[in-house]
Amino acid sequence: MIKKKLTMLGLAGVLALVTGTAAAGGHGLRVGVEGAYPPFSWKEADGTLKGFDIDMAMEVCKRLNRECVLVEQEWDGMIPALLAKKFDTIIASMSITEERKKKIDFTVKYYNTPAKLVAKKGASFDGTAAGLNGKRLGVQRATTHQCSAEKLFPGAELVLYATQEEVWQDLAAGRLDAQLSDSLQAYEGFLALDAGSGFDFLGDAIDDVECQGVGAGFAVRKEDSALRDQLSQIILDIRADGTYKAMNDKYFAVDIYGN
Amino acid sequence: MADTERTFFEYLVYVSENHSPLDFMLVADHIDKFFYGALLTIEITVLALFIGGVMAIPLAIARAYRHRWLNAPIFGFTYFFRGTPLLVQTYLVYYGLAQFDFVRESFLWDPVLSSPWWCALITFSLNTAAYTTEFLRGAIENTAKGEIEAARACGMSPARVMRRIVLPSAFRRALPAYSNEVIFMLHSSVVLSTITLQDILGVGRWLNGRYYLAYEGFITAMLFYMALVFLISKGFRVWEKHWLGHLRARTAVEN
Repeated sequence: MIKKKLTMLGLAGVLALVTGTAAAGGHGLRVGVEGAYPPFSWKEADGTLKGFDIDMAMEVCKRLNRECVLVEQEWDGMIPALLAKKFDTIIASMSITEERKKKIDFTVKYYNTPAKLVAKKGASFDGTAAGLNGKRLGVQRATTHQCSAEKLFPGAELVLYATQEEVWQDLAAGRLDAQLSDSLQAYEGFLALDAGSGFDFLGDAIDDVECQGVGAGFAVRKEDSALRDQLSQIILDIRADGTYKAMNDKYFAVDIYGN
Repeated sequence: MADTERTFFEYLVYVSENHSPLDFMLVADHIDKFFYGALLTIEITVLALFIGGVMAIPLAIARAYRHRWLNAPIFGFTYFFRGTPLLVQTYLVYYGLAQFDFVRESFLWDPVLSSPWWCALITFSLNTAAYTTEFLRGAIENTAKGEIEAARACGMSPARVMRRIVLPSAFRRALPAYSNEVIFMLHSSVVLSTITLQDILGVGRWLNGRYYLAYEGFITAMLFYMALVFLISKGFRVWEKHWLGHLRARTAVEN
């Protein structure tokens, strides 16, 4: 049922694009989401999308008084799809980095959690460039972690995945020596589960603002600065009026907004 | 910086970054990676075709002569591998088998099933073996009865008839279909990039991911695949001329 509705809305979106009236006020807000990054965004067996990012998108649409059209998109095509106007904004835990800013624009951050390495408990190597030399290091493609991994651990054998869930599968299966990703997602999406029981963080948080950026924001096309400012204000409002805390506490034991 | 102060190279980079729909200098910068990707694509495709081809010959013979015990299981094998997508088969071997503790603890895990390279080679070989078995079976079944009777009349044993008469003519008849199988196999090899291997498409996706691009990596990958397909079909045309020359229409001799 929901799927059908989404298809219809998608069709309406295409028609709107054809007639050149897309993204004008009053229409639905088309939000690009990933659906493979729990607890920020995942897909239930019946096809519905859930998670912190999804809740955030819904709250934003409510405040904009526009209908939310969630558009699922594979991660490595996220920015190209935004530029191709498949949707109007990305709410998918995308970090605000200088490299991405060359192509797209961001709101203020809506959360900021550090990246960390994860490896088997009691690993024989440490989380330094020397320690990871020659080790198989998994990262999700087109993430800030691909950037950091290539920069900080040039001696490691980089193994690229389409989704973070595949990274966890291969780490658990023993095909990877370590992986680099968001520490919070790592904890909630792997270490706290049965599959991740034999694993732990390796070393401290990654210190690499150039690659990692300054937290996650919503992404918009460069020409949509009005939408960007509107969304930024909504994020600040959500943070200030306590809605953020309620959403945060639904998923996390700690405040993920960062400082 | 005024244009005159730029070196030609800097000018190219500038045009590529700002005025070209495709950032060709960025691609040129990483072209070596694409060549390594092409090597991996070729390596796995060629090995799989070789292993699958060698497997297919006895399987096709058993199928063509309706071997009492082997025909049904071989048919089951080809039906399964031709009836399901290669992507799903590869996922099943790579991600599926890894879910079981007994697989991870078995002697096969460490050198073989833990490696995406081996998982791909195994799946691809079985897949192409299934397709090759079936069209080779068809070619064997289509051998003209007269040829076999003549060979028997000359006193050849059944094994010798197979080796000297049936198989050579079946190979010839199967050759055009086989060139399609080779090209399909090359196209299907993009599955490699979904299990972390850096084949041609894998490198294209790496480039797109690293620089947040939409199509530079894909277009470059396409050009590489096109070049490979061009070489393959050229190669088969030469081979067919050599093997099937006697079937070509004769040109009339002009006066």
